[in-house]
Amino acid sequence: MKSFSLRALAIAVSATLAAVAPATQAAESVKIGVVTFLSGPAAGPFGVPARNAAEILIEGLNAGKVPGPHATKGFGGAPIQMVLVDEFGSTTTQVSEYRNLVQRQNVDIVVGYISSGNCLAIAPVAEELKKLTVIFDCGTPRLLEENAYKYVFRTNSHSGMDSIAAALYVASTKPGTKSYAGINQNYAWGQDCWSDFEGTMKAKLPAATVTTSQMPKLFAGQYGTEISALLAAKPDVIHSSFWDGDLEALILQAAPRGLFKKSVVILTAGETAIHKLGNAIPDGTVIGARGPHSVFAPDTEINRWFQQTYRDRYNTPPNYASYHMVQAILGAKTAYEKAKAAAGGADPTQEQIIAAFEGLTYESASGKVEMRNSKGHQAIQETAYGTTKMVKGQLTVTNVKRYPADMVNPPEGVKSADWIASGFKR
Amino acid sequence: MSEAVAIFLDGSIYAAWLFLVAVGLTLVYGVMKIVNVAHGATYTVGAYAAVSLCGAWAAGGGNEWGIYLPLVLAAPVVGLILGPILERLFLRPLRDEEETVLMLVTYALFLILEDSVKFIWGVDPYFLSEPYLLPGGIDIFDLTYPVYNFGMLIAATVVGVGLAWFLSKSKSGRIVRAVIHDREVAMAMGANVDRIYLAVFSFGCALAALGGALTAPTVSVIPSMGVEVIVLAFAVVVIGGMGSIIGALLGALLVGFVRAMAVHLLPEAELFIIYLVMATVLLVRPSGLFAPAEARKI
Repeated sequence: MKSFSLRALAIAVSATLAAVAPATQAAESVKIGVVTFLSGPAAGPFGVPARNAAEILIEGLNAGKVPGPHATKGFGGAPIQMVLVDEFGSTTTQVSEYRNLVQRQNVDIVVGYISSGNCLAIAPVAEELKKLTVIFDCGTPRLLEENAYKYVFRTNSHSGMDSIAAALYVASTKPGTKSYAGINQNYAWGQDCWSDFEGTMKAKLPAATVTTSQMPKLFAGQYGTEISALLAAKPDVIHSSFWDGDLEALILQAAPRGLFKKSVVILTAGETAIHKLGNAIPDGTVIGARGPHSVFAPDTEINRWFQQTYRDRYNTPPNYASYHMVQAILGAKTAYEKAKAAAGGADPTQEQIIAAFEGLTYESASGKVEMRNSKGHQAIQETAYGTTKMVKGQLTVTNVKRYPADMVNPPEGVKSADWIASGFKR
Repeated sequence: MSEAVAIFLDGSIYAAWLFLVAVGLTLVYGVMKIVNVAHGATYTVGAYAAVSLCGAWAAGGGNEWGIYLPLVLAAPVVGLILGPILERLFLRPLRDEEETVLMLVTYALFLILEDSVKFIWGVDPYFLSEPYLLPGGIDIFDLTYPVYNFGMLIAATVVGVGLAWFLSKSKSGRIVRAVIHDREVAMAMGANVDRIYLAVFSFGCALAALGGALTAPTVSVIPSMGVEVIVLAFAVVVIGGMGSIIGALLGALLVGFVRAMAVHLLPEAELFIIYLVMATVLLVRPSGLFAPAEARKI
């Protein structure tokens, strides 16, 4: 029965492809290398949800089932072929894997990289190998603020946006804030996020003072002492860019000690925890999703399709890492199809796709994405923050505030740290 | 005053946790001269075993307060299953190899166990917060502490005192000490070293699993949770002296209090303070504070 069904399916697919082929010029497949954490600590919260998103989106695109502006099958009619690679391992391993993808697997486009260390290491290699590479999740502003690349694009806003918007949310919802504190992981991500948050707080609420800045080791797991220090410091607001197990451990250990009641806790990457911890997250916690993703995503046809397909397949809602992946693949698709149209319907060259990608504006499941900074290689986007509230046993996000892209992303050619230091001059 | 009390309490609680996760490591090294890197993975397996056993307890309609029974039971279950398998299949055939070879073998076991955890339980996190939340909190000088943390203090005290009593007072404990002191002479005197190695390694696994099981309610249980723990446990054991139980206790206390002081008074120093303590101790006493004396052999 199974083999019959498979054969029937194969015949149906072949027939469909044969029917489509004359209209789309017998397009060859577009091979995309997708690099994301399939193992290691970042797999659960980011890597696997991103892989899942790539899987259903590529299936949907190949079947022509994605609604809205991306209804064309595959990339301009060409079916998409995915080559999946695990991002876990040293940066040296990742560079080897990247070379393997480009030189042996002959992929047309690489979409990947969650770790800032990995995206910083891969970008120069992408330039050397001249391969279009779309970074989908890594947060460091340094990637495109300190370097000018031709082949590297990033379709998510960098971490500066998350921290700036977090401080703006505090300034508008808690204007009487007199003191604030931080608990962030002691490496580039945590330090950058805290520094940008502190800089924005100084600009927007200059009278507020820092009571303590806790910087525990990444993946430390035990935060009892830091929680005591935060409780003792009695800040009005606590900022944290914790993620993964560290974020969940912080919530589990701090909530019973009353930290979330005594201070307003703002978790800039907190969205990934709400699906897993649910009612363990106390009311009044401020949650971010590194962009207008997931609970902050607009009610559009494509978002409804994505939410539903993802839930049906994986029995859980997609988180912001899933949305970042969708945004990257749809960005590449839009650029490919724009280039194809400009080439009069012929398969576009890589140079033509790059030219089309620079400065591109397109719709993703999270709304409008503008490739506007770093000479059209860095996306900017609106973002949102909201406050958790339990309603009939369900965690909801209320008091949502949206921040237009221009309000939380630096102007073209300006580094986010300099922009914050200048008092957000345009 | 309240800050001093907070430093004392936070330091003690952290030291209790450190001692629980490090004592099995030092015991195995003391007896078998194996730097057991797989200790971190056994800690992880203990946490997962606790999740499964407590889940089964809850699903079976077990008493709410009785959940601490399957939580603690995870330790002997893991010790009795994992200990004999690892010792008999991998360590015993290589017993006469150099310490570095054995360390690499245990590193391989660490990787195998970590992947086995993913294979059995998957990569998505598990949460077991009921035992942590059930006893509530207690207010001390304006700060709320979970009662569960004081349970960790009691568990560490019971393990430390029990182990000290066993090694110094019981007949089996004296035989173990004889093996620690000189394996060959102990064998000549009739000690069954094979059996002692098996028992000590299994007990070491059970202690690692106990650390993982008692930690599980406070964290999200994920496959990589043992990685950082093994690094910390090594720091504690090296400070105290490899193979010394009292050394592990003092190492844990030293690290716990110094770290608590750093977090409260100088948060910038938290990351490196443990390693500063370790480097300072090793400069003064290269074998650690309480390294057991080596028998001189002619």
